Amino acid sequence: MATQVILPKVDMAMEEGTIHAWKVAEGASVKAGDLLFEIETDKANMEIEAPAAGVLGKILVKEGVVTPVGAVVAYILAPGEKMPEAAAPIAKPVEILAAASPAPMATPIATSEQNTKLRATPLARSLARQSGVDLASIHGSGPRGRIVAQDVRKSQAVPAAPVAVPTSAYETIPHDNMRRTIARRLVEAKQTVPHFYLTADCDIGALLALREQINQGAKDFKLSVNDFVVKALGLALRDVPDANVSWTQDAMLRHATVDVAVAVAMPGGLMTPVLRDVPARGMADLSNAIRDLAARARARKLKPEEYQGGSSAVSNLGMYGVREFAAIINPPHATILAVGAGEERAVSRNGQILSAQMMSVTLSADHRAVDGALAAELLRAFRNYIERPLTMLV
Amino acid sequence: MLDVAPQTEVRELTYAEAIREAMAQAMEADPRVFTFGEDIGTYGGAFGVTGDLIHRFGAERVIDTPISELGMAGVAVGAALTGMRPVLEFQFSDFSLLASEQIINQAAKIRFMFGGKASVPLVIRMPGGSGTGAAAQHSQSLEAIFAHIPGLIVLQPSTPHDAKGLLLSALDNPNPVLIFEHKLLYKVKGPVPAQAYRVPIGQAAIRREGGDVSIITTGIMAVRATAAAERLAAEGIDAEVIDLRTIRPMDVPAIVKSVKKTSRALIVYESVKTLGVGAEISAAIAESEAFDYLDAPIARLGGKEVPLPYNPVLEKASVPQEDDIFNAARALVREGHI
Repeated sequence: MATQVILPKVDMAMEEGTIHAWKVAEGASVKAGDLLFEIETDKANMEIEAPAAGVLGKILVKEGVVTPVGAVVAYILAPGEKMPEAAAPIAKPVEILAAASPAPMATPIATSEQNTKLRATPLARSLARQSGVDLASIHGSGPRGRIVAQDVRKSQAVPAAPVAVPTSAYETIPHDNMRRTIARRLVEAKQTVPHFYLTADCDIGALLALREQINQGAKDFKLSVNDFVVKALGLALRDVPDANVSWTQDAMLRHATVDVAVAVAMPGGLMTPVLRDVPARGMADLSNAIRDLAARARARKLKPEEYQGGSSAVSNLGMYGVREFAAIINPPHATILAVGAGEERAVSRNGQILSAQMMSVTLSADHRAVDGALAAELLRAFRNYIERPLTMLV
Repeated sequence: MLDVAPQTEVRELTYAEAIREAMAQAMEADPRVFTFGEDIGTYGGAFGVTGDLIHRFGAERVIDTPISELGMAGVAVGAALTGMRPVLEFQFSDFSLLASEQIINQAAKIRFMFGGKASVPLVIRMPGGSGTGAAAQHSQSLEAIFAHIPGLIVLQPSTPHDAKGLLLSALDNPNPVLIFEHKLLYKVKGPVPAQAYRVPIGQAAIRREGGDVSIITTGIMAVRATAAAERLAAEGIDAEVIDLRTIRPMDVPAIVKSVKKTSRALIVYESVKTLGVGAEISAAIAESEAFDYLDAPIARLGGKEVPLPYNPVLEKASVPQEDDIFNAARALVREGHI
């Protein structure tokens, strides 16, 4: 019987490793205990011995490929034995994931078991069933990526609220699915995504003038400031493609198109419908699309593909007079732009205090995917578009 | 008599002394009880279990026999059928194989074949297990062979308390009961009530309560697992140790209840791992409602696939030791596999 050679876990924290060098060639015979390969972890190189005697069958994981712990990297065969059928080489994770648009986060972690059923313990499965969690959305921490109960519990963890002793009468409002989803996803985002925040003040005088000019007499559309914000962010992401990304455990996903989500408040929660291919769209088209998606979001009529994916989002609380705020990133997005109110402020220009229409925006960025300077570059590109709005129209 | 003795004096006795006390109390209470085996009379037994019984009850009730296991077992079956309460000792449980015709084909079958009109209230005591350098033909754990047979009851006590209480329960039982004692336990001391009491057959004992992993054990492995569990506790792993005490009929509800609580099962037994008692325990878990509670594959630690070596280092390496249990339980909890 073929013996599986797996990538072993050589220290407690190890989740993946890279085979640094194979010491035995395909087809060569090995004895149990022979040095088979060296692996490289983030801490050290380790020598791994053959678990059985036989002939080294096909090497499934080449040198230099980052591989999850527990993955089968080769088989040791008895003399004359053929490779097991399931033994397909592990494709490069990046290739598999790149094909997985438009909802990259729903793609299971790429392993040789890509096409087989999910590995999950019975307890993890029953917990997922009870709580309506999709196992495919969970990263398994067990052997060979097996999802264990702890992974499911973590994925739905809502921070234990301090047990408030009610001192006055209260009403119990049962959670609906949207509330649960919001709670689960935002806890997950805030706990697992390392956020940082950059704030910029934008002069929107020119933008307001342009908007008025365009809207004058228009019948089929009415552009809002927010429409321009979405457009500017889309263009900025096009110009700074390294920020148009999603973080995954295995690889960074750089998106081929620029899709921007818009947060839409609704009774009992919020939705984030996604505008596809923002840079390519005209302002009227974009504005009408946002209006349509927002209306259908409020009616809870969005299709899943209309709110999944994207690399960034716009959350605008300006209409409430909020000056500035910081938003929580909604994975798989790498950033989110929180937009404050447009307001008249006293500003200093060339030593003169004058009045200007200003708008403050705060970009939240996932530091795993977007570093500080890159986020600053994105924000600068955004501000340039907002402050020179005609450049958005060419 | 009561299952648990109330307000009775509790002494520290060895496992061997506890068995002898049970024998003496049974023989005092019931003239039908007698015992026989090789060297159990004048010599007091190869492991000293019967001790002075011959002086207290006479050579008619404590009988030395020739070396003839099949003949002895035939005598025991006949005596039980005719109303006596024989307690047969085999010097080593390995020798029970010589008597397997009488045990498996006769003792186990008669009550069924006679529609309950006859029964075989027979007790066979025999030392099993390794660790004394007695080599391959004197060190086996053969309980699974007999536990496979309907009609037999198979016990494996791990403490002096249970050795006494289970022997007295066995003598009350109308069926043939095989008791696999462990050579290494004979000199181990533990609290034993002075009064006669019963430990119910078919009921597991929880040696330690815990929430992280169920270590399901038989015989001496209960002792090693309990020691391992204390070390696991120091590492923050809270193990529950179940001592089955009875191999057949097995206390499946106790196992299922524990695994539902801990979501992890490590089964530890001395007999050869493959096709052994652990396979039955594992299957019982997988077939039960505990299945949906499992958060890791069921794991087994058992004896290696070898005739037990004489070499003491190899002998130790052939069956699970405390370190093996500690390491396996820790890996099962931390890594999700052993």
